[in-house]
Amino acid sequence: MTLISIDGVSRRFGQVTALDTVSLDIRQGEFFALLGPSGCGKTTLLRILAGFEQPDDGKVLLDGEDLLAVPPHRRPVNLMFQSYALFPHMSVEKNVAYGLERERLPRQEIRDRVGGVLETVGLAAQARRRPHELSGGQRQRVALARAIVKRPRLLLLDEPLSALDKKVRAEMQLELKRLQNEVGITFVVVTHDQEEAMSLADRIAVMRGGRVEQVDAPVDLYERPRTPFVADFVGANNLFEGRVTGKGLEVDELGVLPAPPSRPGEGAGLAEGSRALLAIRPERIRLTPLTRSDEEPGEHGGGLTGEVVDVSFYGGTSHVALSVPGHEGHVLAATQGPARVDVGVRVALSWAAGDATLLQV
Amino acid sequence: MTGTGPPVAAVRKAAGRLVTLGPGFGFLTVFLLVPLALVLSYTVFRRGRFGGVVHEPTGENFTRLADPLYLDVVFGSVKLAVITTLLALLLGYPTAYMIAKLPAKWKVIALVAVVLPFWTNFLIRTYAWIVLLNSEGMLNSGLKALGLGPVELLYTDGAIVAGLLYAYLPLMILPLYSAIERLDPSLREASANLGARPARTFWSVTLPLSLPGVLTGCVFVFVPSLGNFVIPELLGGGRRIMVGNLIRDQFLKARDWPFGSVLALAVIAVLVLLLFAQAWAARRAGRDA
Repeated sequence: MTLISIDGVSRRFGQVTALDTVSLDIRQGEFFALLGPSGCGKTTLLRILAGFEQPDDGKVLLDGEDLLAVPPHRRPVNLMFQSYALFPHMSVEKNVAYGLERERLPRQEIRDRVGGVLETVGLAAQARRRPHELSGGQRQRVALARAIVKRPRLLLLDEPLSALDKKVRAEMQLELKRLQNEVGITFVVVTHDQEEAMSLADRIAVMRGGRVEQVDAPVDLYERPRTPFVADFVGANNLFEGRVTGKGLEVDELGVLPAPPSRPGEGAGLAEGSRALLAIRPERIRLTPLTRSDEEPGEHGGGLTGEVVDVSFYGGTSHVALSVPGHEGHVLAATQGPARVDVGVRVALSWAAGDATLLQV
Repeated sequence: MTGTGPPVAAVRKAAGRLVTLGPGFGFLTVFLLVPLALVLSYTVFRRGRFGGVVHEPTGENFTRLADPLYLDVVFGSVKLAVITTLLALLLGYPTAYMIAKLPAKWKVIALVAVVLPFWTNFLIRTYAWIVLLNSEGMLNSGLKALGLGPVELLYTDGAIVAGLLYAYLPLMILPLYSAIERLDPSLREASANLGARPARTFWSVTLPLSLPGVLTGCVFVFVPSLGNFVIPELLGGGRRIMVGNLIRDQFLKARDWPFGSVLALAVIAVLVLLLFAQAWAARRAGRDA
């Protein structure tokens, strides 16, 4: 069921178009992410949903009713600010109670609900502290508690984890997901961090330059990017530009690279002879060390050979950077566990045609 | 070698401090602390016949302060200064608030406009008020044309307050502006987002967080208003004596330096108390920010 329907929304600031006819449907109860680099319009969209900005064009419906006509303080939408925006002159419990007091609820109910939500975020012991007496992670929890205690239809989170260090971050990610399951509120999170979006969201809208590039579940976004930007922005990727042939993608100076045959009905522009971009994920590339007798170019699956220039060990995985003659920049490969190749070794690169993605350019 | 290093550095540091702090401290010592000490010492001596003091200790200067005649002057001055300060706050806060919300380019223009009167001589500006307020002045001509006047405007308490307000309103607006401008706009947005109407946001968020600026502005207006003697003389016509006039008269007309010193001391005491209150409140607010 659609909760929020964004239809053809545009917003311009002078010469700059922050949002360009954006249309999105956000479903009841889902965890939705707006992902994109800074300046892509994701924050503007969030501020339109909260009511701090009005679009120049387009409609926003909540439960089928016009949301844009409702002033910010009457919207069933709460926002967790990137800076947290906690009231510095109020205690934690006063901050959390602020929204409930505006609803003129009975004192006892306010006290119960504030107590309950502070329990949920694990800050019951800090209720009487002021924000400046808390750590960054604790402040973030207060901001979250203050936003969810109103039980909004829609909870907006603006870069919720960006100010936290890595360990607290991972913990809060889990907590956010658990909370979302528990309270059943629809979450919309804005982030520039694709890992954060991938791990949190049910669906992700990738934005660039005020437009939505692709809306999909994280796995689909990763495995079937539909535009070169998405292929490059979401996760690490190796991109080769060339011409589509019957056997694969023909790239100048590199030869024909394995690519899936263009399926009928998908990508009309990917007919034989058209220009296309091949995207292959680092973990899909197999590396085979070359012996001296293999020194002459020959058939090694993909036909690419390169030299290992760097190996980085990340514990669970290793990243191998390779220089491939005729290709600008490095090709990145990832292996499980420690890499079995060393810097300076010449290797053959290969991948299954079906693991690569062809994109129209 | 190792032994000479630190002392040289310490001497350099001390020399640096002397150069930066020295001139200011020197000036204040000669022209503020020494005169202040003299005024303090005068309070316990008998007056000289033609000014100055006779070095005979006495407490009667202080007992004279309790005379209702003088207490009335002190309280009357405090009353006018308080009224001026409150009016300055009521007028200054909305002004400062609007300036803080203007686009950057207009902010500068508005702030220049606020301090522009300071570029004209204080006395000339005060005389201009006489022209405005006297019985044949612009305001009364307007009132007469409407059949409402003339009304006695000049030489009233109202004229004194108007003059003080006009002189010191910028000193209220500037600290208020800087306090409001510093507030994180997302705090107001958060308040609206949590369901507060604009008025509620103002009372619960904007006003409490700008309180340090309010206190600074009030001190900046109250202090010079309380001690002023030019405006009461020119616009009050000498009918209302403020404590500033009284002090001046004791020194220059009555030649009673000891009693003038006691009055000056009383004003200083009021102001010091006020500054302590302001510092205490600002520290409280600063802890929260």
